[in-house]
Amino acid sequence: MWANLQNLYKYRVLIRSLVSRELKARYRGSMLGFFWSFFNPLLLLTVYTIVFNYILPNRALETQPYALFLFCGLLPWTWFASAMLEASNVIISGGNLIKKIIFPAEVLPIVSVLANMVHFLLGTPILVLFMIIYGVPFTVYALLFPVIILIQLILTTGFSLLVSSLSVHFRDLRDIIANLLTLWFFSSPVIYPLTFSTPQDTQLLSRIFRKVLYLNPLSYIMDGYHQAIFYGRMPDWRHLLIVFAASMATFVFGYFVFDRLRDTFAEEV
Amino acid sequence: MNAVEIDNVSKLYKKFAHKRQFQTLKSALLRGNFFSSLNPKDAFAALRNVNCTIPKGRMFGVIGSNGSGKSTLLKLIAGISKPTYGKITTNGKISALIELGAGFHPEISGRENIFINGIMLGLTRKSISERFDDIVRFAELEDFIDQPVKTYSSGMFMRLGFAVAVNVDPDILLVDEVLAVGDEAFAHKCLDKINDFKKRNKTIVLVTHSLGMVKELCDSAMWLKKGEVMKIGDPRMVCGAYLMDVESKEETEMQAEYQKVVEELTAGKKDSKVQQSRWGGGEIQISKVQLLDEHDQEKHVFTTGEKMQIKMFISVRKAVEDFVFGIGIYNTEGVCCYGTNTNIEDLQSIECKGTGEVTFVTDHLNLVEGTYFLDVAAHRKDDYPYDYHRHLYTFKVRSQIKDVGIFRPEHTWEFTPNIRLIERTN
Repeated sequence: MWANLQNLYKYRVLIRSLVSRELKARYRGSMLGFFWSFFNPLLLLTVYTIVFNYILPNRALETQPYALFLFCGLLPWTWFASAMLEASNVIISGGNLIKKIIFPAEVLPIVSVLANMVHFLLGTPILVLFMIIYGVPFTVYALLFPVIILIQLILTTGFSLLVSSLSVHFRDLRDIIANLLTLWFFSSPVIYPLTFSTPQDTQLLSRIFRKVLYLNPLSYIMDGYHQAIFYGRMPDWRHLLIVFAASMATFVFGYFVFDRLRDTFAEEV
Repeated sequence: MNAVEIDNVSKLYKKFAHKRQFQTLKSALLRGNFFSSLNPKDAFAALRNVNCTIPKGRMFGVIGSNGSGKSTLLKLIAGISKPTYGKITTNGKISALIELGAGFHPEISGRENIFINGIMLGLTRKSISERFDDIVRFAELEDFIDQPVKTYSSGMFMRLGFAVAVNVDPDILLVDEVLAVGDEAFAHKCLDKINDFKKRNKTIVLVTHSLGMVKELCDSAMWLKKGEVMKIGDPRMVCGAYLMDVESKEETEMQAEYQKVVEELTAGKKDSKVQQSRWGGGEIQISKVQLLDEHDQEKHVFTTGEKMQIKMFISVRKAVEDFVFGIGIYNTEGVCCYGTNTNIEDLQSIECKGTGEVTFVTDHLNLVEGTYFLDVAAHRKDDYPYDYHRHLYTFKVRSQIKDVGIFRPEHTWEFTPNIRLIERTN
């Protein structure tokens, strides 16, 4: 594993070039180019603002202004979800490279994780802009933002390695992942806070659900974003520690599986 | 020092046990064979116990028919896939020209692709910048380098791929049948580049179907057949052995085809294709036709200049007085290369009865390389056919000399002493 990482470090230039190629290729031929990366979240946020202010007002006090709350969670979720979706296909679609060129295959899922991270980062100025517009103050805890991003990066990479290597052997994994992500989306505090309150009569159900929520590493990450940015509070440091450990474990496990299956890629894709 | 050592290497490919090509997670979970599905049960050996060493600075050729494991071997040396058994050791930086431009992204420009492809092949950004102009000039793409690669013609694409790959400056260059890209001029440039590599004492492994190239360029060669090493050593000797095998395989195929014709002729089904190519009154019947070489052995693949005999087995029910025997040789374009009969050659028929043989003998079959169809016939002088076999028999002519036309007159070249030529030895 250590040797692999060292080897990967040697390929950092390749990773960087591939990420920039990925981004360039995505916008090649489109008139607005990189502006799309800003425009997409901007449009999204505008729509949410209209929907949740006028059409379907969300009155829960703790999540006001809701559009901003939503955006604060959706932005990192989109990064995670797109990276996972791409990971489930990246080795197969990169089959030409795997079969013909000598380079570590983990470059491919890592590139898709990083490319999506760049998208995510390009969306953050919109978040900042709307924070200012809504008059939500920044606090010193916003400095934790990069830390949470790093944790999410490790976690996403771990899952991507796992999914990308398994999807070579199990072709239906891609469809499974697509469905699983929907489920995962609603089982993570993206569009609601981690400490959501429920009416009296559904408390048993919500207790069970809360258990699930606390087993989900993404919960802590999403909550981290909400706490540090939206509320301007210190996220629970124990949570961050747990999710950091879980992310590292996922990464090690994902890399281990990937490494075990690596030699079969050239024959299976 | 050896650049490549291949030690008792075998490569097994999994045959798909299931009807579907890919295992699905769903079926794996349902059957509970999650892990067994990852282990090949039924395997196909693409390479079997291959041993060889390639010393540093040598050019090594690998030949063999399609599916003999040549490319698999190259991939193993490149490290793209791993041997199932055995070990491969390599010394030095490897560049594999397995498929040119494999890493190109169609949407971005040639310039950016050169950088990314170069980095993939192990160059640094700086060294690519240094070689950039060389690469572009070599690929002859000065005017198009900033266009997206998807707008390139396939030749341009290949040229760019080749240009990047050879500029990696490897210690070991693996080449898989890619020198045939581009036009004649570019092919020459590629060959120059290969010779340049040789001069600089680099190791080259060349997989090709061009035996001429192997004989001309390689220091030693290997012939693979169905994953096994048949011969290894001097390129001339290896190519010779390979050619003989190809010929014998062709002979077997032709033999099988001939047997089919003979069977259909004797079975006598009216609507068969063979029967439609045969007509006549049947007063004289040609029951069988054999092609023989100088040792009276049946043969269907001849070498230019060799002796050939066409033997017709004749049976006659009632004695016939007016008869002519003839043969015709046609090439695949339907051109009659040669035709003759006993009447043209002033042989007056007297009587033909019972069973017997008629043989057309030529001491020197002076045809150029190619496939030929044979007509044989027995007919009356006024062309009323007794038995006519049209294009029923096929034979091939092989030649080391790739001359053209349909007929090869025996000849020599003569020169006055001021014009000097020397015989090449391939």
